[in-house]
Amino acid sequence: MGYTLNFAAVWRSFDQLLEGLALSLGLAFVSILIGAAIGLLVAFALIARSGWIKRPAATYVTIIRNLPILVLVLFAYFALPQLGVRIGKMESFVAVLSIYSGAYLAEVFRAGLVSIPRGLTEAGLAIGLTPMQIRVSIIVPLMLRNVLPSLSSTVISLFKDTSLAAAIAIPELTFEARKINVESFRVIETWIVASGLYVTTCSVLAVLMRVVERHLAVPR
Amino acid sequence: MSKVLLEIQGLRKQYGIVEVLKGVDCTMREGEVISIIGSSGSGKTTMLRCINMLEEFQGGRIRLENEDIGYEQAGGVRKRKSEKDIARQRALTGMAFQQFNLFPHMTAAQNIMLGLVKVKKMPRDQARSVAEKWLDRVGLASRADHYPGQLSGGQQQRVAIARAIAMAPRLMLFDEVTSALDPELVGEVLQVINGLAADGMSMLLVTHEMRFAYEVSSRVIFMNQGVICEEGAPKEMFVNPKTERLAEFLKTSSFN
Repeated sequence: MGYTLNFAAVWRSFDQLLEGLALSLGLAFVSILIGAAIGLLVAFALIARSGWIKRPAATYVTIIRNLPILVLVLFAYFALPQLGVRIGKMESFVAVLSIYSGAYLAEVFRAGLVSIPRGLTEAGLAIGLTPMQIRVSIIVPLMLRNVLPSLSSTVISLFKDTSLAAAIAIPELTFEARKINVESFRVIETWIVASGLYVTTCSVLAVLMRVVERHLAVPR
Repeated sequence: MSKVLLEIQGLRKQYGIVEVLKGVDCTMREGEVISIIGSSGSGKTTMLRCINMLEEFQGGRIRLENEDIGYEQAGGVRKRKSEKDIARQRALTGMAFQQFNLFPHMTAAQNIMLGLVKVKKMPRDQARSVAEKWLDRVGLASRADHYPGQLSGGQQQRVAIARAIAMAPRLMLFDEVTSALDPELVGEVLQVINGLAADGMSMLLVTHEMRFAYEVSSRVIFMNQGVICEEGAPKEMFVNPKTERLAEFLKTSSFN
């Protein structure tokens, strides 16, 4: 083949990649935070006894989980303005990723909720706590501990999904890499470095989640 | 005679078409210790759980210190009270469960403090000292900062009893509190209950420990198929059962 790797062009633009990575992390962080709030509400709706609460929540989860996220991103960016909704591309992407992560996190949270013994709720009721106080002090803290292992992979997935923002020209890591690729023609080098940044970031996220998990583990 | 604490009239409860309580009447005075015995499915645990609204009931009334529990009559219609009202009423009774039900992510002290802080609005440091006082009372002063997973079953149950008692309930409900324990751990829990009885705490106990029921109770209620079949002083009940059903039950139970 005789191809010689030459990273010089990529290193010259490395700052650009780091800025892209920072934006990727920012997009993921904000979206997952909003998504977690949506997911929590929807998870409680999914386990509600009333069908009027449960059905809309289940419909939301089903629809979102059966749509490719790229379709959602493009729909929000290109189709919504046609319908008269005018928002910036950043806002549109954060909205999409929030709604998308909400559906996935709802399923994760729901699984964590159903594994909490009914007796703990009864013990809370018996000392005079209201159902809302029980959710806040007992159910949600225990649910989060239950789901931390699977939450870790969901969070990492969602972080990687920020690369789809490149499709609507948001200057995150993948978009920046493509720009450097086009400008320098150093195709292999550019994507090796970009991949390295993704892998490193995901590994750090996984370690962080492990630390949180261990820190919150119930002593026995 | 002390004043009436609890009054149950015509209590009826059904799950779907199965009637588990078919009109239970019972009056309890302050300071009484009443054991409820009977075979499984007789409705004794259900009756206990109706008193603090862990079970809804369809007929009859339960009155605690002259206040209707759970439901009110508004213009001839029976209506469930608001969640807030029911929560307030539940705090008037304390309950200990077969499975302890301690909050696993909180230490023994935190388990006790939760209700004091959130329901009684007690400052945290005051709640902590109340928690320590009751842990000391059940012989677990040195375990205040242990998590439930680090305690034996008997210790967990004593913490659970302390958690209920710390709320200063008017009436304590014990739902088969020794049934899930290893035999050698039963004694320490019964000893705690004995101590509370000696203090004059009003208590209703659903139990399979016949010897204990005999010793601790001022009165025993025998339930059978959703009604109270026989009741009286433990001595009469266990030595001279009047109904054939009770005689049979005692023969098959561990009392001898």
